[in-house]
Amino acid sequence: MTTSSIDLEWKRFTLQERISRFAVYLVIVVSLVWSWQSVEVIEEFLYDAPEQLLDMFQRMTPLDYAFYPSSIHDALIETLHIATLGTLITLIFAVPLALLNAPNITPSKTLNWIAQFFLVATRSINSLVWALLFIALFGPGVIAGIMAIAIRSIGFVGKLLSEALAEVNMGTIEALKATGAPWGSILVKGYWPQVMPAFYSIVLFRWDINVRESAVLGLVGAGGIGVVLNDAQNLFQWQKVAMVLVSIFAVVIVAEIIAIQIRKRLI
Amino acid sequence: MDGLAKSSAKHAVNPFKASLLNRALWLVVVAYIFYSASSLGLSLERILLGFSESERLLTRMFPPDFSRAGLLMDGVAESLQIAIISSFFGIVISLFIGLLAARNMMPIMITAPVRAFIALCRSFHPVIIAIIFVKAVGFGALAGILTLIFASIGFIAKLFAEAIEEISFNSVEAIRATGASFFSVIIYAVMPQVFTRFIGFASYQLDSNLRNSTMVGIVGAGGLGGTLFSAFQRFDYDFVSAILITIIAIILVGEMLSNLVRRIF
Repeated sequence: MTTSSIDLEWKRFTLQERISRFAVYLVIVVSLVWSWQSVEVIEEFLYDAPEQLLDMFQRMTPLDYAFYPSSIHDALIETLHIATLGTLITLIFAVPLALLNAPNITPSKTLNWIAQFFLVATRSINSLVWALLFIALFGPGVIAGIMAIAIRSIGFVGKLLSEALAEVNMGTIEALKATGAPWGSILVKGYWPQVMPAFYSIVLFRWDINVRESAVLGLVGAGGIGVVLNDAQNLFQWQKVAMVLVSIFAVVIVAEIIAIQIRKRLI
Repeated sequence: MDGLAKSSAKHAVNPFKASLLNRALWLVVVAYIFYSASSLGLSLERILLGFSESERLLTRMFPPDFSRAGLLMDGVAESLQIAIISSFFGIVISLFIGLLAARNMMPIMITAPVRAFIALCRSFHPVIIAIIFVKAVGFGALAGILTLIFASIGFIAKLFAEAIEEISFNSVEAIRATGASFFSVIIYAVMPQVFTRFIGFASYQLDSNLRNSTMVGIVGAGGLGGTLFSAFQRFDYDFVSAILITIIAIILVGEMLSNLVRRIF
């Protein structure tokens, strides 16, 4: 063995790694330059922005507190109902899809892929777009909002739940199988106790996200606080807009705190 | 014999006891559904009527109409530009903000206000931020870019700060012992430990900006969302389905690319 076969210089990465990393950097730079040169941005508007923002904040203050009891409160409750009902309806679709997608429960590769397709497809389309579609079906209103939230959440809940199902300890499952338990009992007594904490924390997490999402659904007419926001904004009533924004902020924070507290108790 | 009797007594108890808490929870859920359905005025026939309309909607959506490909491509290009520019600036700004928010690197005087700012960016939905920026800079791509920069800061600055807080301090102390400056500590001790995770967050954020850039157009902040919204308003459902297919295709390609990047690093 000669010393010539040993690298004289220590290199952290192999040649292939360096080439592929360089390719990634190159693609990033090229795409950045392309977008920078072709995006239609009027620069004067950017320089004008601080002045415009200041103007908006001046119009927003003082907040229109009287607007809260008259219309914001009911709309906020409606928003919370949309988020909660949407999250509950999601489970009807997400749980079966998660069971189909978990390879240790459904051994068939084809069924796994079909479930995977539905999970990805529902997740890829934004809730506002789902809301537009459901408004075409149900007309403007709360039902469209609930359905939009429900369908949009399927992908998230289903994916996380099927990952939790795939990670369960198979020992108890095999023990149950050995006793000749039917598949229903295996699911309820074998899988469910193991995924229960994950299940509740996924549902709470999604509920928290859904409260945020349902607050904007009204912008396209799907009920909730967004409708009030859209009306106030279209009439340039900035003081009311500011009041709505503050209320949304408060509700979102409270929802997050509730979700965190419940999760702490559960796990 | 004594032990045997005890164990048989134990078996008399059902080992698979139903959990009372669970049952109570289900009861609450069912009660809530009835309460909220009545307070929102939901009725089964209204829902069934809506589902019976779905056939009409689907026949109008298919086949998708790709004849206005020029308009579609303009929207796609603008969405891509918004996503790329906002991801770049969002990630670069988050690098600094994340560092400022890491409690093991900075005194609490700095981390507390920076963390409050991150929380503020996170708690508003991108669409609401977009409304404010549309007012500030007018309709168009610029509003979308600024919106998504803020949305990115809310997400990756937080994750990046958490990643920095989890690093091992041994190498930081070793580099500090050589008398290195603060920036050398960052570059040689902190960055190597968090770089791969950072790439993961960044590629995830590019993905999520791509999704959101197809949405902010609904309130006038540029991109494919505007095209989609006007197609909805004109009841051009065949064009709507063409746009939706394009969005799903873009997102799938984006996911593949970000997986590729994650595998390289």
